[in-house]
Amino acid sequence: MEFSVCGMDFNRAGEAAAQIKKALQLVGMHMDTMRRAVIVAYEAELNIVIHARQGRLVAHIHPDRVELEAIDEGPGIPDIPRAMQEGYSTAPAHIRKMGFGAGMGLPNIKKSASQMRLTSEINVGTRLTATIINQTSGD
Amino acid sequence: MRVIKLREVQHILDAEVICGEDLLDNEVGSGFGCDLISDSLCFSRPNCLLITGLTNIQIVRVADMIEASAILFVRGKKPGQDIIQLAKDKQLPLLVTRRFLFESCGLLYRHGLHSS
Repeated sequence: MEFSVCGMDFNRAGEAAAQIKKALQLVGMHMDTMRRAVIVAYEAELNIVIHARQGRLVAHIHPDRVELEAIDEGPGIPDIPRAMQEGYSTAPAHIRKMGFGAGMGLPNIKKSASQMRLTSEINVGTRLTATIINQTSGD
Repeated sequence: MRVIKLREVQHILDAEVICGEDLLDNEVGSGFGCDLISDSLCFSRPNCLLITGLTNIQIVRVADMIEASAILFVRGKKPGQDIIQLAKDKQLPLLVTRRFLFESCGLLYRHGLHSS
């Protein structure tokens, strides 16, 4: 599944993550796996909306894992370790007023994903890949 | 810890029902009060009552994704028509109370609703 994501389009923001959730429900993905994948997908989608000009959110659903990829064209992240710190945000005041910009997006993605990789180039864009291993009930 | 009906939430907080009048017999299993989108997404649980002062469209999208039972807006804040329409489409009841976030959570807790 692949979705186009447009920067600053807060009306449609979250639609891609919602579609991914529906697909995960349809295949009967384990509840906790779905919850974690939805957190990653939504936070990654909103990062594109808040920070980039445009981008794509891609989901590959497998029985044992969900792979998510968010690729954007935008300003890039100058200091990735700092961006990964809880509470650090570069979002402007008007974005914060909407309930975003608490500096928890990337840390939440890291916590929710089994594996995460983030690369970025200044004035080009950012690529995030995350894998969520399907945690079955153990039976 | 107990589940309570939305009708009871409405009564406890003297809340106005913005949409979902026909769903007031639905139950909420817990409450989550927050004005941050990321925290609402990560820490709330299915079937919860999402209690917030945020009235933008993203709070409805998050409520839908976490499978919240309803959204309660505090401080008398009412969302716009586009948000109400999205909530109707998602069968998500919206309520609004004039009480503050802390007070709303406290009253619901006193009536047996626990944290999500």
